[in-house]
Amino acid sequence: MSTVAVEVVYRGIFQKTLARNIVRSIVFAARKEGKIGTAFGRYGDSPERNGIPAKQFAIVSDSPEELEENLAVYEAREVDVTINVDDTMCKGIESWAWYGLQPINALTKPGGTLIVTSRQPADALIEDIHQKDTAYNLAIVPASVSYSGLWVYKDDHTDVRILGALAKACPELVSIDSMVAAIADQDWGDLKQTSARNTFDRVTFRPVEPGEGSADEPFSFDLPGWRDMEEGLVIRGVEPGGGFRGGNEGYEPTRSAVFKKFSTRAMRPVINFDTCIKCTLCWLQCPDTCFDVTPEGLYDANMEACCGCGVCEAVCPVPDCVTMVNEAEFNDNNSQYEHWIQDKDGYNRWMTELIQVQKEKEADRSHGYHSPGKYESESEVALTGDDD
Amino acid sequence: MATQIANQTEREELISGSEAIAIACSLADVDVITAYPIRPYDTVMQYVSKLKADGAFDCDFIVAESEHSQFEIVKHASAVGARTFCGSSGVGWFYAFEAITVTAGLRLPVVAMVGNRALDDPGAFGVEHNDAMAVRDLGWMLYWVGTAQEALDIALLSWRVAEDPRVFLPMAISCDGSFLTHSQAIVNVPTQEQVDRFLPQYDRGRLLLHPDNPITVAPQVNEDWLMEIRRQTDDAMRRTSDVIREAYDEFKQLFGRGDDSPFIEEYMTDDADIVLVGMGTLAMPVRVAVRRMREQGRKVGFVRVKFFRPFATDEVREALSHCKAVGVIDRDYSYGSPSYGGVLFNEIRSALYTLDNRPLVQSFIAGLGGREVLVRDVEEMTAMVQDSINSGKVAAENTWIGVRE
Repeated sequence: MSTVAVEVVYRGIFQKTLARNIVRSIVFAARKEGKIGTAFGRYGDSPERNGIPAKQFAIVSDSPEELEENLAVYEAREVDVTINVDDTMCKGIESWAWYGLQPINALTKPGGTLIVTSRQPADALIEDIHQKDTAYNLAIVPASVSYSGLWVYKDDHTDVRILGALAKACPELVSIDSMVAAIADQDWGDLKQTSARNTFDRVTFRPVEPGEGSADEPFSFDLPGWRDMEEGLVIRGVEPGGGFRGGNEGYEPTRSAVFKKFSTRAMRPVINFDTCIKCTLCWLQCPDTCFDVTPEGLYDANMEACCGCGVCEAVCPVPDCVTMVNEAEFNDNNSQYEHWIQDKDGYNRWMTELIQVQKEKEADRSHGYHSPGKYESESEVALTGDDD
Repeated sequence: MATQIANQTEREELISGSEAIAIACSLADVDVITAYPIRPYDTVMQYVSKLKADGAFDCDFIVAESEHSQFEIVKHASAVGARTFCGSSGVGWFYAFEAITVTAGLRLPVVAMVGNRALDDPGAFGVEHNDAMAVRDLGWMLYWVGTAQEALDIALLSWRVAEDPRVFLPMAISCDGSFLTHSQAIVNVPTQEQVDRFLPQYDRGRLLLHPDNPITVAPQVNEDWLMEIRRQTDDAMRRTSDVIREAYDEFKQLFGRGDDSPFIEEYMTDDADIVLVGMGTLAMPVRVAVRRMREQGRKVGFVRVKFFRPFATDEVREALSHCKAVGVIDRDYSYGSPSYGGVLFNEIRSALYTLDNRPLVQSFIAGLGGREVLVRDVEEMTAMVQDSINSGKVAAENTWIGVRE
């Protein structure tokens, strides 16, 4: 008599097929053991937006009556295993429907497991992940962000590697043999069965203690009652903006008090204020009005509003003046301009190092359309186990 | 790719309610399918086009330029003897309404799926039953599906009943957005042989629009004709109950599954003091709540209304005549209605009026716009019905459940 729930947290559209392959395979594998299951995406994420965090679920029970307790809902109330297929989402997730920031481990049960695909060490991930009152386990499947299953992207075995890790993390869900049998049924080729078994054999778990992790308060907001809402479906516009940081010079648009985009992005722009020619293109083209105009006429990307789309980098005519850097490199949402104005040398050293690191990791950048990824080598790792 | 596990006669697939209906279209060898995208119904057309692209299903698949044209096309195709399918959701269904209305008047057995969705504005994707409910007075049979398996089974039944010459009426299959249209469940897919035995060819007989059978369809009439035409449609609707029962019995024999009645599902009603009533997937949390309350020794049961049209008056009366009070949970609204109650509530209360011992009847509006109806909501409603029993009268005839105050 039991029910096991698994969620897959993924970047909308880019990783939809990957997530679908994982949750469906879980139900197929459980079926091998006579259990019954359901697979579904969180309806509020659909229609999915490129790169915006989304969720799919697999719920497996011994009987239809037990399963029914988890049906006709959008999201499981708690899960035995959370799977995160883009480590930048360890900072938390916001869907496009803006439910506020949800810690990546919000639904993970006490004693449950969080599986993350990442090239970062466990301690670096835990620094980003919100702390919980209860202990859980962290498992890392060594991999860069996968777009396997998305149109032109090659299969890198991420789906089956995660399934292998899952069978190890949650033996009460299914055995590795059932998992491999379900993988075999899907005609994905023998190599993927090998990849699943390799990960099952090699995956290790890092216990995370209560209180370990980021102490940041997740951003949240209250929804008004029906008597307090404006009638006629009216939403008041925001006031016009004003001077930079409340001063008389520059310009800072007024932004919504409740809709923030802290964790939506997988990368963020880093600005070289010394080489900026004040051409206005980044400010003009930014689809999210994220740039504050400083008194000097420079442009400071405000992390409350930045989605990480990379348009500013694309339109900037000055080499390396705007560089998109993987979100995992940052631990705060502070103003780069204020850092620069207080300590220009320090800022420039920080910036130069970040850009250097980013160039070295170019293939790991999180938005698929910027780089083709390292798919050949990922598959090689999955099969030979040479990575560790 | 679906994993298929061999069953003696059927195969298992992990599919959504929408995909189950698309597969039913293929098994029923539907001739003409029209489509125009709107969530959540579009999940059907996506799967139909996939089946067609994979070479698994041969049909005329026409993506029209609007919902109105979509329903016009199947109407005409049905008149020339084609088995048809189409569907829509929310305001898309309403945009097709002129065509939807005449389809029943012309006695054309079109089968349509309604992916239940809130009516705009505000733009929302979640389930409400008002969209499908709008055909309740027009001569459409109307069924509310509970599971993905039922979606497939009832789709097959729909063509069988609608195309029966005793009926020749359209049928709408109502599927809750998200919980049915976007949730994948294990579904037994019957074999082609089983379906062929169950579902005869569509034969329009003397009503077929064909050069070899010169007829005129849909002339203009005045008051000296119309009432007789309405009476004919009314008589056809009165005949549906027997045809449905007959087809359902045969379905159960051939496919080996199904409830006692095609019209309602009774769950733990035998000795119940309180019976809750609802439609669609809200049956899931209600059944869970009923089981929990039964464990606490409370005599609570549930009736799921499946066919809303034809409304199974006798069966509903029988199922609700032995309890002390009935709580009707509507996933719809009818502003300014009697007691400000939901649509189903007023139908149920009306059906019970002639009983000698009428139970108390109480109305709840819940789960609008796709809001989850939770087990605790069901327990709250049951407690309110219990209060009515204790005081001997219904204090609040209608209550909205789960609204943010």
